Formats: sequence, C-alpha cells, structure tokens
Amino acid sequence: MSLPIERVQEGAAYLPSQAKPGSKPGALHEWKKAFKRDKYLYLLAVPGLLFFLVFKYFPMWGLSLAFQNYSPFLGFWDSEWVGFKYFAEFFSNPDFMILFRNTMAISLLNIVFFFPIPIILALLLNEVRLMVFKRIVQTIVYLPHFLSWVVIAGICFLLFGQADGIVNKLIEQFGGKPVAFLIEPNYFWGMLTAQSIWKEAGWGTIIFLAALSGINQDLYEAARIDGANRWNQMRYITIPGIKSTIIVLLILRLGQVMDVGFEQIYLMMSGPVAHVADVFDTYVYRVGIQQGRFGYATVAGIFKSVVGLILVVLTNRLAKKFGEEGLY
Amino acid sequence: MLIPQTWSLASYEYILSTKTFLRSMGISGILAVGGTLLSLIVTSSLAYVLSRRRLKGRKFILFAILITMLFNPGMIPNYLLIDKLGLMDSIWALILPSLTSAWYVFLMRNFYMEVPDELEEAAKIDGCSDIGVYFRIMIPVSASAMAAFGLFFAVAYWNTYFAGVLYINSDALRPMQVILQLMLVQSSTQVADPSVAQMLGSEQVMPPQVIKMAAVVISSIPIVVVYPFLQKYFTQGMMVGSVKG
Repeated sequence: MSLPIERVQEGAAYLPSQAKPGSKPGALHEWKKAFKRDKYLYLLAVPGLLFFLVFKYFPMWGLSLAFQNYSPFLGFWDSEWVGFKYFAEFFSNPDFMILFRNTMAISLLNIVFFFPIPIILALLLNEVRLMVFKRIVQTIVYLPHFLSWVVIAGICFLLFGQADGIVNKLIEQFGGKPVAFLIEPNYFWGMLTAQSIWKEAGWGTIIFLAALSGINQDLYEAARIDGANRWNQMRYITIPGIKSTIIVLLILRLGQVMDVGFEQIYLMMSGPVAHVADVFDTYVYRVGIQQGRFGYATVAGIFKSVVGLILVVLTNRLAKKFGEEGLY
Repeated sequence: MLIPQTWSLASYEYILSTKTFLRSMGISGILAVGGTLLSLIVTSSLAYVLSRRRLKGRKFILFAILITMLFNPGMIPNYLLIDKLGLMDSIWALILPSLTSAWYVFLMRNFYMEVPDELEEAAKIDGCSDIGVYFRIMIPVSASAMAAFGLFFAVAYWNTYFAGVLYINSDALRPMQVILQLMLVQSSTQVADPSVAQMLGSEQVMPPQVIKMAAVVISSIPIVVVYPFLQKYFTQGMMVGSVKG
C-alpha cells in the first residue's frame, strides 16, 4: 500500500545525483571538440535542418494568429489582440458540431470498413503459391495508391455522374431511373469510404505481408505433420502470427481519427452535400483563405492539431504497452 | 451504346495539341524531376548525419524533428509563411514546403544505421572527409532505398494538386493536376478558365466525356509505366527497419 510514496522518495533521492549534462565542467569544451571533429557532418545536415526550421517551425509562430484579429496590412505585430474571442466563437458555433460529426463519421466508417480489407487481401495473397501470379496481383492492387485524388475523383465523376455517368446510362438502359450518386447526402460518406478502399486497400497489404513473411515456416510444417489443412493452418498459425501487428496498427489508426483525406473531400464536395462533407481542413480553407478570416480559421486548425497530437501520443503509448514499436 | 464501335486516338492527339495541357504537364514534369532530386539530397544527407552515433546533439535534433511529425500548425500558418517568404505564385512554393518530412528522414536514417561502420572507416583511412563518405559511399550504397524514395517523391510531385490551388495564380505555372481537375469536375459551360473551357468546347467533334477520359489516361501514363519497374525497390525501401514483426 505504501508503494507510491516509496517511489516518490526513491525518485527524490535519485534527483541530486542526476547532474545536467550542460552543467558539467568542460561541457563547452567537449562540444567544441565534437564540432571540430564532425564539422563536415554538421555542414551536411544544414539543408535538412534549415528545411525543418523554416517550413515546420516558423509556421508555429503563426498559431498566435488565433489570438489576433489579423490584418494582412498591419501584420503580426500591429494587428489587434483579441484573446480567446475566436475560441469562444468557434466552439459555440453550430458549425463546430457539424465538422466534428463529419470527421468522426468519415473516420469511423473508414476504420470499420476499410481497415479489415488489407488484412483479408494479405491473407489471400499469402495463400497464393504461384509467385508470378502473386506479383502481378500485387502490382495491380498497389497501382491506385500512386494515382492522384484528382484522377480518382475524375473517374468517379465519369462513372457516377447523374446526367452522363456510365453507371447511370446503364441503369437507364435497363429501364431504371438515374441515381444522384454524387449529390445525394446519404451516399456521400459511403462514396468516400469506397474510394479510399479502391485507392489504398492494396497498398495497405504491404505491412501485413511483411508481418506474414516473418512467421516461422517450420510451424506450418509441424502443423501439416499433425494433419492441419490449409484452413487450420491459417486459423491457428497465420492469424495468431500477425495478431499483434493488427492490434498495433488499429491502435495507431485510432490515433489518427482527426485526419480525414482533405484533397479527397475537397474534390468530392459540392453544394448539395456540403453539410455532410465539411471537415476541419475544408472549413479552414473556406473560412480562412477564401473568406480571409485568418484568426478564426486558425482556431479550427489548432483544435484539430491539438486533439490529433493528444490522440497520437496516447495511442502510441498504448501500442508500446502491447510490447510493440509505436509510431515513434 | 456503351460498347465502342471504332477505335480512335483522336482525343489523345487533340489533348496533346493543346498548349494549356502540355504546358501544365511541363510544370509537373519539372516538379517531378527537379523536386525529386532536391528531396533526395535533403532527405538522405540529413538522414545520414543523424545515423552517425558519435554526433553530438543527435538526440535533440531527432526529438525536434519528431515534434514536427506529431504537431502540424495547419493550413493558415503555412499559407502565411509562403506569403511572407515571397514564394506566392512561384514554382518554389510547390517544391520547398514538401521537400521532405520527418517520416522520410526517419525511414532513411534506419537504412543508413544498418550500413556497417567498417565502410566508413575504410573510406576515412583512404582520406575521405565526411562529405566525401556521404557522396562516394553512402549514396551508392543506398541506391535501392534512393530508388524507392525517389519514386515516392516523384509521384507526390507529379500529383501535386492542392498546393497548386493554394499558391499558384498565373496560368503559366499551374501544375497538371489543377488543369485536369478543371477539365474533369466542371462541365464545359462552367469552366472559369477560358483556355480549359476551349479544350472542352462544344465546337469539338468529340464529346467532352471522351476528352476527359483521355486526359485521365495521359496524366496517369508516366506513373503506370515507371512504377512496375521500381516495385521491387519500394517494398524493400518501405520496410527498412520499420516493421519488425
């Protein structure tokens, strides 16, 4: 029962002996020595470090916009500071709940319907014994990953357009009524999920195929000797063999529920489906860049980033609890 | 009605004869070639440096890079940065912000960490500096990883779309995906861009559907042609030190 207290005392006792590296005498000297020895290494790192500094760290300064009534003419320093005004405005705006609902719905549909498919596909590919066939299938299912969202959205429009889409022409030929696939709000989330599956499910198999190739082949031989058929081998060796990979990827996927494909949604969005399509990023673009309300839109961006950060850190910890390597 | 009666390449000839589409393909081509080269250099040099265990300050740099993977300030700060840097409406706005990412640096670093130290030591004895080791040993040794990452970068640059919407205003600099989107999503009467509207114009003998389909195919051909040859590298490249079980 007294365990936690003991731990604190232990920690306290331990603290003084933990000297900071910077406070050691000669630390500066050591740095100089290392710098002299590795000066070309440091030089080699300059372009990359400059990139991260300018394009990843400088923009963090821009987060202060959330507390400003930013005017491009006045700039950062002279724009009026408004405190948490935009935060209060954003969270009390009915738009906020709509954005949140859409993001969650799109993400959860993705987890429920997309997530299992690469696993099933990888298990099927794993059973293929003819290597040529396996490789050809892999080439074909990986390919859509490399196509742009513009192309995917374009194909989708050509197939499912109401007036001249191929699917609707077929429906008409068989005497049916054309369906408004693209502008019917009830179909929109399903459409996004189907697109994601078509584009990325094949690519998603890579990680599971790698896990499958790590299973000890002797296990299969032993099972065969014991009379296990192919189905039993999959049930008792293959699936348990990749179970930890599946669990970890699912946990890490949960950490990314705030990230829904911006380009995809932006391209598929239109007036009639706007209320089910709008997510944080599309909102930031419309309100911030198009309507010029920089401060207010930055709040929406910050909300998404902060929730995303918390979720990633939490899920990463959870993944490590399972004894696996996390995202980092 | 849906079964083609005759085969024809007229729509391809037509698209490839329009200035707008060809010019935008040129821009995307410049991005794919130039951007990829720059990305490979920036990514691999930093990754190599961070793979050297003796480097002082390595942990701090790795942590600083990790933070950029976990927290993204978002669209507005990035937009204002491009504006402040004076990159608006310049091709650099499509290259520089996407030069590399924490993820790519970490993956490539894992690759360099598995290169045996003896290679470096031998080169040092022969009088190579650290920069010499990088260019003469590490780049050749990592050729397969370079091929894989090169493909990823090239595809990302070729598919550049939203950065083109956000940062490019002049017609001459629009990347191909932006033009393609204007062609595909809008019907010929709605297209705001007159040069794109003209491509889909009703004076044409071909239905706009056919031209749209052809544009999709043309834009995807480079990827479809190049990617199968690099496939064996990217499965390797993706897996380098990343999955262990």
